[in-house]
Amino acid sequence: MATDVISAPPAARHRRGKARWLVLVGAVLVAVAILAPFVIMVLNAFKSPLDYSLNGPLSLPTELYTKGLTTFWERVDFPQKLLNSIWISSAVAVLGTLLSLLNAYAIGIGRVKGRLLVVSLFLLATMLPQEALIYPLFTMAQSVGLSNSPWSVIIIFTVIQSAFGTYLLASVLGTFPKALLEAAALDGASRWDVLWKVVFPVVRPTLSVLMIFFFIWTWNEFFIPLVMLTTNDTQTIPVALASLQGDRLMDAPTTNAGALVSLVPAVLFFLIFQRTLTRGVTAGAVK
Amino acid sequence: MSTEALDTRATTDSPPNEAIVRRRKKRPTWVAYLPYLAPGAIAFVVVIGIPFATNIAYSFQKWKGGMSPHIWVGLDNYRALLHDEQFWTSFRNSISMIVAMVIIPTLIGLLLASVLFDYLGKKFGSRSASVLRASYYLPQILPVAVAGVLWNWILNAQTGALNEVLRSLGVDNPPNWLGSPTTAMPTVMLVLVWVQIGYPVVIFMSALQRVDPELYEAAELDGAGWGRRFRAITIPQIKPETFVVVLTCTVAALKVFGPIYVLTRGGPEGSTLVPSYYSYLNFFDKSKVGYGAAVANVLTLVIVIAAGLILVAQARSERKEGVG
Repeated sequence: MATDVISAPPAARHRRGKARWLVLVGAVLVAVAILAPFVIMVLNAFKSPLDYSLNGPLSLPTELYTKGLTTFWERVDFPQKLLNSIWISSAVAVLGTLLSLLNAYAIGIGRVKGRLLVVSLFLLATMLPQEALIYPLFTMAQSVGLSNSPWSVIIIFTVIQSAFGTYLLASVLGTFPKALLEAAALDGASRWDVLWKVVFPVVRPTLSVLMIFFFIWTWNEFFIPLVMLTTNDTQTIPVALASLQGDRLMDAPTTNAGALVSLVPAVLFFLIFQRTLTRGVTAGAVK
Repeated sequence: MSTEALDTRATTDSPPNEAIVRRRKKRPTWVAYLPYLAPGAIAFVVVIGIPFATNIAYSFQKWKGGMSPHIWVGLDNYRALLHDEQFWTSFRNSISMIVAMVIIPTLIGLLLASVLFDYLGKKFGSRSASVLRASYYLPQILPVAVAGVLWNWILNAQTGALNEVLRSLGVDNPPNWLGSPTTAMPTVMLVLVWVQIGYPVVIFMSALQRVDPELYEAAELDGAGWGRRFRAITIPQIKPETFVVVLTCTVAALKVFGPIYVLTRGGPEGSTLVPSYYSYLNFFDKSKVGYGAAVANVLTLVIVIAAGLILVAQARSERKEGVG
């Protein structure tokens, strides 16, 4: 980077001496505009309603007011919702990745006949609006005794996420080095062994990216959990938060504290896996 | 099935085994891999295939849900859609969704990604570029319901943060952002731009890392400014990613539900009604299951056609490049 600047013609460097600061200010302003709602949220999550009406949304809280947080926490039984969200998202992340790997193994390495059709169907499925599936899924869940059960949501999202995962992984496995597979076959490894001892270790980075994606996507899902999880004790965090809207108890601090604690898990998760994620977005982009 | 598989695995850890040798003799046709596809195929048929077919069947029926009778009405639901003002409004609003979730974010994303990568990253170091990128991406990781609840409060006419600030600045009668039919849609669009913007920036920046840096260096030595490099290198080089972004965002824009549900519920006066929400309303609010299914099917068709058009455009642009 530094050498770049030095090797550029000096005249050009001087000409852009001021311009670059302007560009930086512009880019920072965009960042500030994007971050502003988060800042406002944090400022007002711990501000008493009186303080809010006196000093407005942009001031620092005069004292640390935690009643908003506790009201929200108890009202929605947050630990329960957190557990529900974690359980559903983790189960989908693991099962969805496993299913994607099995599918992709048959398609990318087994080269089963009709694989193009299978992949196109899966790809088509990722485009389907969930509204075109929801009512039958709803009645099916009722008829097999899974209405209002986290398992209904887990099963549905395992399949929906693995449709994308299969598409991605199948193209990755399609380019899997033949030499490795042949060597394993010569050693007398079964197909099951090849999958777990040869293929799995090589594609593990891609699998971990898929798992993180599936976890976050499922965590953020709204429509299907909204319809399928009908009682308070099974709801996920986003559904619980949205269902509190219009509630009398939702004053400014309660709303903001609720939004704040609801996004903390996602942000934590993002920070922990940021590097893997950026790589994963790339993988998704260029297939 | 899994226990059997585990057994095989355990036995192969020990030295040569007759079962394995026997299996190796009848070796590889693709048929042997079908068992690996079976769980996925069955799950796919049960969770997507059957429900989708059932939904198509529903759309030819009049059904109020639950135990009420299914009445076969043929194409009546679709015929009714043609004269349904709300149905047309919802699809007109989809155009606004595409502007807010595809066109504006892609254009701004191209610009921001190129500025971060090809200008600021070089002038101020890549650390500053990645910090800026992370802040643009932040709205993408929060659950859309959380974003909606937060914005709903900020934009609330009486107690919201935005109007409080406007009033303190001396604006007497600040607009009812989400509550008036004239401002609701532009406001929703702004929120969606805010949500979406990080996605193209991140994709385009990682795409630019793929581009040979010598291209940029050579252009720079030739005295090409940022603008010229943007047009001559950046845009053509990251065309594949641009198509991916446009495709995925268009599908998402046509499907959008969560933000509308938490921000406006399609109101006021249907000004922000979108097809997915209209379908949901018919299913669960008006108990017109057949009609809701018909709306969902039309939406599916529109999505498939839009995706098809984008894919054709992509294939054509690739072919043109191959010739040129």
